[in-house]
Amino acid sequence: MTVSALTLQLLTAEDPAGLLPAREQMALSLGWHIVLACFGVAFPAMIFVVHRRGIVRDDPVALGLAKRWSKVSAVLFAIGAVSGTVLSFEMGLLWPGLMGPFGDVLGLPFAFEGLSFFVEAIFLGIYLYGWGRMPPRRHLLMLLPMATAGVVGTFCVISVNAWMNAPAGFTMVDGEVTNVDPWAAMFNDLAFMQFLHMWVAAFMVVGFTVSGVYAVGMLRGRRDAHHRLGFIVPFVFATVAALTQPFIGHLLGGNLGDRQPAKLAAFELAETTESPSPLRIGGVLVDGEVRWAIDIPVLGSLIAQNSFTEPVPGLDTIPPEDQPPVNFTHWAFQTMIGVGTLLAGAVLLFWLLRWRGRDLLERRWFLRFAATAGPLAVVALEAGWIATEVGRQPWVVYGVLRTTEAAGSNSGLWWLLGATVVVYAGMTTGAVVVLRSMARRWRAGETDLPSPYGPEPREEVAR
Amino acid sequence: MTLPMLVVAALFVGVLAYALFGGADFGSGFYDLTAGGAVKGAELRTLVDHSIGPVWEANHVWLIYVLVMWWTAFPETFASTMSTLILPMLLALLGIVLRGASFAFRKYAGTLGQARLFGAVFAVSSVVTPFFLGAVAGAIASGRVPATGRGDLWSSWLNPTSLFGGAIAVGTCAFLAGTFLTADAVRSGAERLSEELRRRTLAVGVVTGAVVFAALVPLTRDAPTLTDGLAGRAAPLVVLSGLAGTATLVLLVRRRPAVARITALGAVAAVVLGWGVAQYPYLLVDEITIADAAGAPATLRALLVAVVLAGVIVVPALTYLFRLTQSEEWTHS
Repeated sequence: MTVSALTLQLLTAEDPAGLLPAREQMALSLGWHIVLACFGVAFPAMIFVVHRRGIVRDDPVALGLAKRWSKVSAVLFAIGAVSGTVLSFEMGLLWPGLMGPFGDVLGLPFAFEGLSFFVEAIFLGIYLYGWGRMPPRRHLLMLLPMATAGVVGTFCVISVNAWMNAPAGFTMVDGEVTNVDPWAAMFNDLAFMQFLHMWVAAFMVVGFTVSGVYAVGMLRGRRDAHHRLGFIVPFVFATVAALTQPFIGHLLGGNLGDRQPAKLAAFELAETTESPSPLRIGGVLVDGEVRWAIDIPVLGSLIAQNSFTEPVPGLDTIPPEDQPPVNFTHWAFQTMIGVGTLLAGAVLLFWLLRWRGRDLLERRWFLRFAATAGPLAVVALEAGWIATEVGRQPWVVYGVLRTTEAAGSNSGLWWLLGATVVVYAGMTTGAVVVLRSMARRWRAGETDLPSPYGPEPREEVAR
Repeated sequence: MTLPMLVVAALFVGVLAYALFGGADFGSGFYDLTAGGAVKGAELRTLVDHSIGPVWEANHVWLIYVLVMWWTAFPETFASTMSTLILPMLLALLGIVLRGASFAFRKYAGTLGQARLFGAVFAVSSVVTPFFLGAVAGAIASGRVPATGRGDLWSSWLNPTSLFGGAIAVGTCAFLAGTFLTADAVRSGAERLSEELRRRTLAVGVVTGAVVFAALVPLTRDAPTLTDGLAGRAAPLVVLSGLAGTATLVLLVRRRPAVARITALGAVAAVVLGWGVAQYPYLLVDEITIADAAGAPATLRALLVAVVLAGVIVVPALTYLFRLTQSEEWTHS
């Protein structure tokens, strides 16, 4: 119901023809790419750990994992690279009203992101093809520039999104952008905290997803050293990330009430200003009234404003034309919080029991949960992006440029959206088919995975 | 040199690098596509895999670099170009997506049937993509992209200059890839394969050269500003390109593909550079100059910082990658 409500809300306004398809297009391509971007950011660090262990401790199990993960990353990074390119094109194709006037304000971080993408792609090529062709220790070190590039790249891209929430580095004079300071735009107030939030989220997504793969293996009775190590390394990364994330999220949202009161009101489903504000769980806003919500008194003020009395400003203080789609934002936000809390609780339970000498990896219910933790982390990631993006509406640059002004007039974009759905569905299917066949062949004892298209391999070379 | 000129020069280095190295990766799709059946083409396709596998993603980033530099330094022209040329841009993008994804999928495909499917998608999209990028260049060079707003959706890129631009892009990509693949085949000792590639590269080179000459006539009518520049300021580059192209053919005939790579790069670089020099001082021909299109000076200065960093970080890393792929240990799979 929320999606159709959003659609209705959008359709009823006087919007340029290119607006709604552009938004759906952006949501699809960004929502798809962000999952792969997570792998680009977090996977090299995990591969580094197992690869290093393989070399330093002369551990063939760890080295085997590193080889497999590097082949998986070859597939994931390739589709991540091309889906990222889609976004570069879309910036101009879908949002001429943003890129024309503001390109020189927001563009600089993208230039640095381009550099980190270069570094990542170069060292990925060296790492993937370096197996058996380089001194092992130098080969291992090739992962470090990739991991570093992941940090820098995340900061740069997120810095642009943070700028859209907290615009800086320019002044508007009679509708003209003047006084441009790209450094101030890049290092805006939100950039660092929002970067941390996303960077840690990447480790949650990848950590839980990869450990989930080995949890499935253990569920099917494959309880060897390979599966235990393959589970535990990414799970440790995910643990640290899942336990830090609530604090980062809280700090990021700290002064949201001052910065973007409409977004906070939507997050908290605050129709009116109540002092102290309750924490409102669930619920739907129908005709200006909150229905079916569970209210926990005072907690809303405490979490959102760090105060026992200071209220969350209600939606009734915000002009209707400046309000985001409330229900959609609220539910997306609470989905993120709910899933994040669940995942943090689960890892806490795992390590507490392990400390007490009980291993949850022996429990089928926990393995089943661990297998779903990856998809759950993806849900939290997507919900978080929906919350922040839809919650910023109707603005694309908060308080400066409305989304309607950024879109073009091209109604043909619906065709583009349809084609994109087809291509992305095909790409997803291709990736799933190929990755599954890789796993199947590995289980059957193959290591090299020669291309069926190639000639018979002349000699066995690990690659 | 003025600030906008410095930035546009840095941007054009990216265009050049993408045309040469990204172009060579795309061009290999031509030989892959025409390699024959699964058994007959196996050796060539393995060579293509091995030649572009380690480098294609790095070479692809030049495109990102160009887009980012463009929208940051010359934002209004980026918006108007994207709006006007949305169709060729999207078709190029589709090709880029399909090429990259299916190349990676083919390498790890589990069955011959899947590998053939992914391989066909990879090869076709590799051949087709440069056409649309060439058409985009033709649209800009013939003055069909307005400085602001949106030009015609169709005639902006379905015109003589764009069509020839697209054809020349496809041809030069295949020509570059042919010399590179021939040299790689020679280095890895695949004699029969290198002979086959050598012959086909020669054919591609002759056809591409003929297309370039054939383009000169319609170009004078369709893109007068560009033609003036090509006949004037850029004339030495045009001559140089012709000489280097001929030298490449001669070197290929004489079985010196390793040297032919350098002359082939020179020939294509001269063509691309010639286009840039010929349309100077316009960013969008007949519409807006580089100086007028430039964004905020503070941003241009900041971009130069990024460019310097690219020179310090990316260029050495890229050189290292290229040197590794040409080394003895990396040649034999």
